[in-house]
Parts: sequence; C-alpha cells; structure tokens
Amino acid sequence: MLEVRGVETYYGNIPALREISIDVPGGNVIAIIGANGAGKTTLMKTIAGVLRPRSGTVSFLGEEITGLPSHKIVRRGVALVPEGRAILSRMTVRENLEMGAFTRRDAKKALLDMDRVMERFPVLKERAGQLGGSLSGGEQQMLAIARALMSAPKLLLLDEPTLGLAPLVVADIFAIIREINAAGTTILLVEQNVKQAMKVSSYTYVLETGKIALSGPSNELLQEPRIKASYLGQA
Amino acid sequence: MFLDQLINGITLGGIYAIVALGYTLVFGVLDIINMAHGEIFMFGAFAGMLIVSKAGAPLPVAFLGAIAVTAAMGLLLERFALRPLRGRPGASHLASLISTIGVSILLENVAHKLFGAGNHLFETPFAEISFTVGPVTIYLVQLLILLISLLLMAGLALWLSRTRAGKALRATAENLETAGLLGVDTNRMITATVVIASAMGGVAGVLVGMAFNYINNQIGLSMGLKGLAIIIFGGMGSVYGAMAGGLILGLSETFVVAYGSSGYRDAIAFVAIIVILLVKPRGLFGQAPAEARR
Repeated sequence: MLEVRGVETYYGNIPALREISIDVPGGNVIAIIGANGAGKTTLMKTIAGVLRPRSGTVSFLGEEITGLPSHKIVRRGVALVPEGRAILSRMTVRENLEMGAFTRRDAKKALLDMDRVMERFPVLKERAGQLGGSLSGGEQQMLAIARALMSAPKLLLLDEPTLGLAPLVVADIFAIIREINAAGTTILLVEQNVKQAMKVSSYTYVLETGKIALSGPSNELLQEPRIKASYLGQA
Repeated sequence: MFLDQLINGITLGGIYAIVALGYTLVFGVLDIINMAHGEIFMFGAFAGMLIVSKAGAPLPVAFLGAIAVTAAMGLLLERFALRPLRGRPGASHLASLISTIGVSILLENVAHKLFGAGNHLFETPFAEISFTVGPVTIYLVQLLILLISLLLMAGLALWLSRTRAGKALRATAENLETAGLLGVDTNRMITATVVIASAMGGVAGVLVGMAFNYINNQIGLSMGLKGLAIIIFGGMGSVYGAMAGGLILGLSETFVVAYGSSGYRDAIAFVAIIVILLVKPRGLFGQAPAEARR
C-alpha cells in the first residue's frame, strides 16, 4: 500500500533520514521503533507531506506522492496523528472532529461517522461542546485519533500515540489500534513503547540515527538479542 | 447631549472595529501585523470618494468599488510581498513584517502622487438628513455606518463559527501544520484571509469618508495606528477583542472630546494600551499560545 524508497530528508544541511526504505502492505499494522532523535517523527512527517525529502520516493497505492503538500496527501487517504496530538485547542471537540472530515465530499456519511466516532469514544460525546484545549492528555489523544478517522483514511500514521499517558490509558490506546486495524484500516505506528508496539504489529523496523538498523517480522524481532538488550531492557 | 455622544461614540467605534478586524484576521493566520493595512484602507476611501464625489454614483456602488480595489490590493500584497518570504529557509519571521512596511510606504507615496496631499471632499447625498427623537439628533449617515459595521461584524462572527471555510480559517490561524494535515490548503486560506481583511479595510475606508466628509493621504497612518492600538488592547488575533476594543476606543474618544479636552483625543488609545497591558498583558480577549496551555 505504502512504499518508501531510498528517502533522505534534511534539516538544513543536517541529514535526518538516510536511505530509508520501508513497505506497508495493506491491512497490516507496521511498527517503527527507535530512540529519541532516530528520525521516527521525521519519517512520518515526510510521508505525510509536512517535510519534503531531498531524494527518494514515497508511493501510495501505486502512485507517487513524494513532495506533495500535506493537504493533498490526506485527500488520497493518508492521515497523520502527529506527535504531541496537535489538537485545535481553541476549537470545540465537535469542531475538531468536523475539521477531521474537512476533505470529505459525502457530508451525510461524514455525519454518520461522527455519530459512530462519538459512540466509540463516549468521553468525546460528553465533551463535544468543550474546547479541545480543556481535555486531559489521554482524552486529547483519543480526539486526535478520532479526528484522523473522520477523514476515512486508508492508511493511518500514528506518531507516538501513548507518549506521556498513564498505563491504563496506554492499554486503552493499544486496544483502539487493534480495533481500527480490525475494521480494515492499515496502520503505521511509531512507538517508544517497544514491547506493545511489536505485539500489535506484524512487522517492525528499527531506526537508528536516521537509518534502518534492523527489520523483520515483529514476533521474530522480539526474540532478537539486540532488541532485547537495547529496547526491552532484558539482558 | 449624553445620548448624542453615545451615538457618535458607537458610530466611530464601529469603524474602528472594522479596521481592527482587518489587522486581527491577518495576525491570526500569519502572526505578523500587516503594516500596509492602513494604506489599503486609505485606497478604499479614495476609491469610494472617486465613485461618489467624482462620478456621482450611488453609495452601494462606492462600497462595491472600494471592496474590489482593496481586495485586489490584498491579493497582490499576499502574492508578491508575503508569499515569497514564507517558509524560506533563513528568512526571519520579521522579514514579512518589514515587507509590509515597505508596501505601506510605497502605497502612501502612490496616493500622494495620484491624489496630492490635500483634503478631498467625500460627498454623500444625504449628509444633512437627520431625525430628532426627543432630545436626540441622529444623522442618517450615522445610522448607516452603524448598521453596516454591525452587519459586517455579525456576518464575520457567524462565518467564522458556523461555516466550513470559517472553521478552516480558525484552524489555520491556530496551527498551520495541523490545518494542512487535516486537508486545508493553507496557502489558499492565507490568501483568502488577506483578501477578506483588505476588503474590510475598503469598507471601513468608505465609512470613514461618510463619517468625516473628507479624506487625505494621511488617514491610513492615523487610522492604522489606532487599529494597532485596538488589537493590542483587545488581544492580538482575537476577533471579539477587535470588536470590543474598537467600540471602547470610539466611545472613550468621543466622551473625552465632549466632556474633557479635544487635545487629548488621540492620546486615549495609547493610554488605554498602557493600562490594559499592565493589568492584562495579553489584552482583553488575549489567548495564551496553544502550546503553553497543554
């Protein structure tokens, strides 16, 4: 579904991604793990069109989308839930969800989806009229994911969805990820919560200083000594 | 006497609010003050003057003409003075501010060349029509100004809160990157905002012509400074702050002239800024930056 080939992204003259190639087959959850500063967020922003790669290509459903602005990429069915959630804090929860459906032409179906999303996330229904900025961290993450779903994406990019959340909420988020995937949406997941991310995904890429250091089926990588030592804290 | 002054104050305040809205909308999406807004407003006034006084056309035509001229100027301003600087690596955020200052100087000089430095009469056919209700005398012109500015403010508020495009503008104003990720073409939204803000300046220009009966090439500067004062006072980027600030400034200026001394008239705006900023550093309706509130 998504193919990234030899992508290099720079901040000024500093390379943040070097020769990155990944594949996200339709229907799967694919995980990207790595330390802070490894380039995970840069990769997500490059795919979503926030950053332009200096070289390499990104293709979605067989068409090249490299360098397209983000508003055109979301129209093709790729939605990014950015790190830090990026809730519109001066707009209400309902308005945030409406903005999620901004690209859709089928207004009636979007309204139905709004009801469905509110059913799935009762806390958002309760707070529909409140400003996005007044929600707690976990609620904001739910809103960010729900808002991305409102665009009816084929591919959902989740950048650190559990960052800074309480353990109970983290479990909630992973349950939601499974549910979204089961409903047919392909997911590319960036996580620091390595174990959980590998459990939920079929394939994992390990990023180190802007390069793919390791990749493989998640259940095999979980047994890999290097992974155990560096990311799971096991000797 | 008091009621007369109240009406004068609200009329003036309505005009101030419309000018200030032009600043606040652009500040909302671009985080800069459009220093050329006062001069665009002045061109709106001149366009209206030419249509009404020179061509003798009716007032609605003057509004349409002023809107067309100022909207086009807004489009050119964004396309040639702002967009080339946006997102360019190494270009400071202040570059676009300086760029608008350049445009404002250029426009003021163009106006001087075209219209000279003197006053131009802005004749409205019903300038002398007034009603007397009890002790109060109201001019038809005042009623019109009041009506137009209220309609414009209400229309803008409704548009921002209810429509898809209005919400997209608010999203763009809050966070450019997020709005883009949600599918908003932020470049187009920024252009639209500068055009709408400029067109509001055009309307305000005609209103000023109607209210004061004369215009010159300096009104851009004086009105621009007051517009700036209002948005600092009301809260940068706040639509309701601009409306409230405009009305408060119009009323206080009017009452200072009526009951105090006209010499202090122009000092009011700036004394008010100092007081407000001491008490509420973000202005009346100012919002903390989004990040700081997480």
